[in-house]
Amino acid sequence: MTRTEWLLSEEPASRRQARLGQAYRTWLALKANRLAMVGLGLVLALIAVAILAPWIAPHDPIVGGDLRTDRLLPPSWAHPMGTDDLARDILSRVIHGSRLTLMVVVLVAVIATPIGLAIGTTAGYFGGWVDTVLMRATDIFLAFPRLILALAFVAALGPGIENAIIAIALTSWPPYARLARAETLTIRDSDFINAARLQGASAPRILWGHVTPLCLSSVIVRVTLDMAGIILTAAGLGFLGLGAQPPQPEWGAMIAGGRRFIIDQWWVATMPGLAIFAVSLGFNLLGDGLRDVLDPKARK
Amino acid sequence: MAPIDVSGLHVRFGEVHAVRGVSFRVAEGESYGIVGESGSGKSTVLRAICGLAPISAGAVTVAGEELGRRRSAGFHRRLQMVFQDPYASLHPRHTIDRVLAEPLAIHGFDDREARILRALDEVGLGRGFRFRYPHQLSGGQRQRVAIARALILEPRVMLLDEPTSALDASIQAEVLNLLDRLRAERGLTYILVSHDLAVVAHMCERLLVMQHGQAVEELTRDGLRARAAREPYTRDLLAASEGSRPAESSP
Amino acid sequence: MTLLQVENLRVTFPTRQGPSEVVRGVSFTLGRERLGIVGESGSGKSQTGRAILGLTPPPGRATADRLAFDGIDLRRATPRQWRSLRGIRMSMVMQDPKFSLNPVMTIGRQLTEAARRTASRGEAKDRAMAMLEAVQIRDPSRVFGAYPHELSGGMGQRAMIAMMLIAEPDLLIADEPTSALDVTVQIEVLRILDRLVQDRGMGLVFISHDLRLVGSFCDRVLVMYAGRVVEELRAADLARARHPYTQGLLNCLPRIEGGRRPLPVLERDARWAL
Repeated sequence: MTRTEWLLSEEPASRRQARLGQAYRTWLALKANRLAMVGLGLVLALIAVAILAPWIAPHDPIVGGDLRTDRLLPPSWAHPMGTDDLARDILSRVIHGSRLTLMVVVLVAVIATPIGLAIGTTAGYFGGWVDTVLMRATDIFLAFPRLILALAFVAALGPGIENAIIAIALTSWPPYARLARAETLTIRDSDFINAARLQGASAPRILWGHVTPLCLSSVIVRVTLDMAGIILTAAGLGFLGLGAQPPQPEWGAMIAGGRRFIIDQWWVATMPGLAIFAVSLGFNLLGDGLRDVLDPKARK
Repeated sequence: MAPIDVSGLHVRFGEVHAVRGVSFRVAEGESYGIVGESGSGKSTVLRAICGLAPISAGAVTVAGEELGRRRSAGFHRRLQMVFQDPYASLHPRHTIDRVLAEPLAIHGFDDREARILRALDEVGLGRGFRFRYPHQLSGGQRQRVAIARALILEPRVMLLDEPTSALDASIQAEVLNLLDRLRAERGLTYILVSHDLAVVAHMCERLLVMQHGQAVEELTRDGLRARAAREPYTRDLLAASEGSRPAESSP
Repeated sequence: MTLLQVENLRVTFPTRQGPSEVVRGVSFTLGRERLGIVGESGSGKSQTGRAILGLTPPPGRATADRLAFDGIDLRRATPRQWRSLRGIRMSMVMQDPKFSLNPVMTIGRQLTEAARRTASRGEAKDRAMAMLEAVQIRDPSRVFGAYPHELSGGMGQRAMIAMMLIAEPDLLIADEPTSALDVTVQIEVLRILDRLVQDRGMGLVFISHDLRLVGSFCDRVLVMYAGRVVEELRAADLARARHPYTQGLLNCLPRIEGGRRPLPVLERDARWAL
């Protein structure tokens, strides 16, 4: 029996085989979507570049070359993306900047998704005053423009990439809570939840074991689609000087730095801009593909 | 002693008065049918017994215990339910194994392996089904899983809410036979809700006809067969289930 | 007189394991009569009905040696020809009216719009009202102004039938038109369909899983299994069915009179599908 046959078996013989088989079917469906694969490629490239940054970056991202001869050089073989006003190689800075971007993405996903899921499913499942209290709190967070709220957090906690991440995470969970609540409302009265109640399952068991797995996929899709926005918010904070601090090679801060030369030395601002564009596009394409595969409502 | 005694049951959902004063008793080991059309409140009666619908007035007693808002763990082990739509009553992301293991985990059974395998055998599904997902099963197979899930806690009473109305006629026969056999083997008490008089007549010794949330009349199986219905609504229902040559009725 | 001719109809859906044929060579002719198609889910009965109207859902494909409605070759019908046929000369009633009626338009407006395809504006409204009365809706003016969600299941299905019949089609394909309805309502809907066949000489294809219902309502019955017609017989002769599948379908139904216990179950034979 080949590995594929084992995975696609209609009669799995163990829990593990059933789970892997299901994952493999999802992967096959995702693989059939070419744009999603492009997106996945871009995201994987970001991860690879972030991990390998010290080895693939040709120059030091912080310490520049000779300030008299190497400042603001246009793209060339020696500096494929040119150099900036402090004579630093922009390609190396973009490569190292991917680490910061990846950190933002991972930390926001790790902080915001569980908060949103927990609040949304709890509010949806219990209803009544629990729902009212939790959702009004969510509404309050939702009513603030994200960048302004992040600005307030940063102003309170002080500028820096870590504080920017916390600020972004704390402002990005409300949409996930709303989404999870809406999903929970549609399934909380379904017969399989009723059956679990009839077996005497406790509310936490139903929430964790039955409701959350069904909300998870649409929330994952939403988080993936939001990643582009999160990267842009981080870049925006960097651009305003409230995110990553110089000389950290953060893409948004780099664009802010290149703004002064945008007419004559276009590459200084454009290259990190291209990086933001590529990664945002990657997450969007991947999110779209994931929605087609994971979202039970989009699937026939 | 009657394991189930429903007296003067009312169920209200806000403005809607779904059940208006229904009373009946079901004896130990009996199979009792509730027949009615959609909106008659027949399923709501079942849901009120098992705690999924509020008891607005009246009393429901199961094995001498009058039911309040909260149901004890012992109640769940004594009484289980099979739902109408086998496509909606199984969690789409849980394997059959997980579906059957969950009640055992909740009630702290230890020999789970053996119980799961025995339950699968009992409802006529092979062990090869154990790690499949619901979407890999047909409607009849799913309903067998739902029956296995209800039986795995070894209840004394089973509430059956239109257990075969979503199934093809040939599959319906298989599921009805299965339910019949399980009742004989385990001495179970059934309350079966259906819109199909023939199914109820086949499965139940006594039946209650409901309309607009009220009990119309109670009949025994023999009374039904002898066409001893007193109420015009029951007769209409009987006539409608006899088959329908429209040409005969409209000359 | 022959209204519909179907010869060797096949419907194929591509799957990961290769093409799968769900209708495999179905042939029949229909006059101005009631023809029942019976089978279990997956027998191909619904896909047969859809293929006749050219409504096989993509990526499925329907082919036939002959598929003619009143002399028109449906296999080569242009989109324009289809428009002049569907909803005007041939119609379909689905199982659940909720999915077939537009939820944001009143019943009256939907009916009038359907009638406008064959009648003038002034006439359309009268026709719509008359049609609502014809399907035995007690209070037609209320239903005329109602939205689909304001109607009960039986009313919705009657409104749906009114809409499908307002153009007075020659052929109606009814796919489980009554299985979502209560038995007492079911009988009324069948009566309406019956009268239309009798009075207007309409041809009716009645698709159902309920052999007893089809047997008591139709003139002729096709029994389908695994995409094939395994038996064709007059409804009156149903009790004398020869094919074991037909017999099995009849015997497995419980009866009020009681009968065999356990119920006889259908022993499927792989050879039936050949």
